[in-house]
Amino acid sequence: MGMTMTQKILADHCGLESVKAGQLINCRLDMVLGNDVTTPVAINEFNKFGFTSVFDKEKISMVMDHFTPNKDIKAAGLTKCCRDFAGEYKIKNYFDVGTVGIEHALLPEQGIVASGDVIIGADSHTCTYGALGAFSTGVGSTDMAAGMATGMAWFKVPAAIKFNLTGKLKPYVSGKDVILHIIGMIGVDGALYKSMEFSGEGLPNLSMDDRFTMANMAIEAGAKNGIFEVDDKTIEYQKGRVNREYKIYKADDDAEYEKVYDIDLSEIGMTVACPHLPENTRPVEELGDIEIDQVVIGSCTNGRIEDMRAAAEVLKGKKVASRVRCIVIPATQQIYLDAMKEGLLEIFINAGCAVSTPTCGPCLGGHMGILAAGEKAVSTTNRNFVGRMGDVTSEIYLSSPAVAAASAVLGRIGSPYDLK
Amino acid sequence: MTVKGKVHKYGDNVDTDVIIPARYLNTSVHSELAKHCMEDIDKDFVNKVQQGDIMVAKENFGCGSSREHAPIAIKASGISCVIAATFARIFYRNSINTALPILECREAAERIDNGDEVEINFDTGEIKNVTKNEAYHAEPFPDFIKEIIDAGGLMNSIKEKK
Repeated sequence: MGMTMTQKILADHCGLESVKAGQLINCRLDMVLGNDVTTPVAINEFNKFGFTSVFDKEKISMVMDHFTPNKDIKAAGLTKCCRDFAGEYKIKNYFDVGTVGIEHALLPEQGIVASGDVIIGADSHTCTYGALGAFSTGVGSTDMAAGMATGMAWFKVPAAIKFNLTGKLKPYVSGKDVILHIIGMIGVDGALYKSMEFSGEGLPNLSMDDRFTMANMAIEAGAKNGIFEVDDKTIEYQKGRVNREYKIYKADDDAEYEKVYDIDLSEIGMTVACPHLPENTRPVEELGDIEIDQVVIGSCTNGRIEDMRAAAEVLKGKKVASRVRCIVIPATQQIYLDAMKEGLLEIFINAGCAVSTPTCGPCLGGHMGILAAGEKAVSTTNRNFVGRMGDVTSEIYLSSPAVAAASAVLGRIGSPYDLK
Repeated sequence: MTVKGKVHKYGDNVDTDVIIPARYLNTSVHSELAKHCMEDIDKDFVNKVQQGDIMVAKENFGCGSSREHAPIAIKASGISCVIAATFARIFYRNSINTALPILECREAAERIDNGDEVEINFDTGEIKNVTKNEAYHAEPFPDFIKEIIDAGGLMNSIKEKK
């Protein structure tokens, strides 16, 4: 029996000819990641068990992105803990205020992760790097601690669901709409413990930023990982970023999938996930008149340059509605610079948006845009759970940057077509 | 090993943001996390919970973030075991790695009600509902995972192998 793309990567990293779904294996890791919330817990475990060396100082990344710039004294203590550890163990990929970006936008941008890698991160959206054709999955802090010490992690080999993509996206429709559509279709546990593998003749029609957004939200369907077949776009993206050899894996023709979904990209419309689960999706046109208080455009899901461009295209020459706060957060310093050079930041500020330094802040109700009781937000982030962005009675609608930008101007949830 | 306690029952898709809201993640002190466990879904939980109590939920328990603060908060609040029909995968591995006992059992998740008295035998996987005088059976863990749990968590287990 053939193997899926994920199974082939895992087999290669545990020294076996082949693996099958359900098998428990120990894998060699190419990268171990943590952020300012999860890394201190890992460091505590690492120290408590008396480890005094890391497996490879070049294969550990620490990204201070969640509560930074430090939101309070306790958060300052978290980053200090990471900074001291990174200094002591000479961790190469340590990113702090000034160089930091949101981890899942930053690592691919900097060429730190590549096709064929096995990556664990103490952050659930680590599945983002599957866009590069890597096996990448979120774990907890103890896995991170063990990974830093040994360079290994245990996995149960996942079964897979295949998404066969055809066609081309309509105007204003993006990777965010595709993944929301899929989560709406299969549910928040529709891919529980499994891989979501994306391929098909429609794949070249998706940009790398679309693919990052889609792989990013695989966890919102319960998946272990989301992974895209490698094509010319993937290879082109990694040119000048990845300065090492990487390996391209392809699923066997006779690989076994629990299910195959055919997704015609041209049939997907602008999609919004309503409170309080990402599976509560509806076409934007069917939402009716829902007034909003805040819009967030950013995050590891939608803070990349194409997201900035999509939002700016809608906001150009327009004004954010008077009772709406619109917060735009480019995900990395490079994206911030590019947005500045392209004149996007000027468009945002002229429209009445606040533009922030990279941070995860509002997505998880950390800082930089907390919601009051009863407030409603449209957000390009990834979770609309109860209380996620603030008060337990606040509500979050998840959308693409184009829909979020249009909603900011309208003062209610709507699409760019409603502005014309 | 057996545990016995009163059940705190929840529904589907209990996410890590309600188990421990991110606004409390600026600390990793176990006792401080425990003070806010389940706050956004059950404000009274921290006042009701007794040492040894059992948490029961339905599908996809622990979905969302990878924060290990979630199993840590549950364990530190006094809960001796979580039973669910299914667990979200990161929560599942975090529980194993941090030695929070969890059991997947759909029948138990459906039959057990809030406030029931339940006794669990981890060696046999038997879940006894004392209140209803019923018994359910959970699949025991494979040896690979049992070794991690028996060692007291992942760090102990890799330390032992060293």
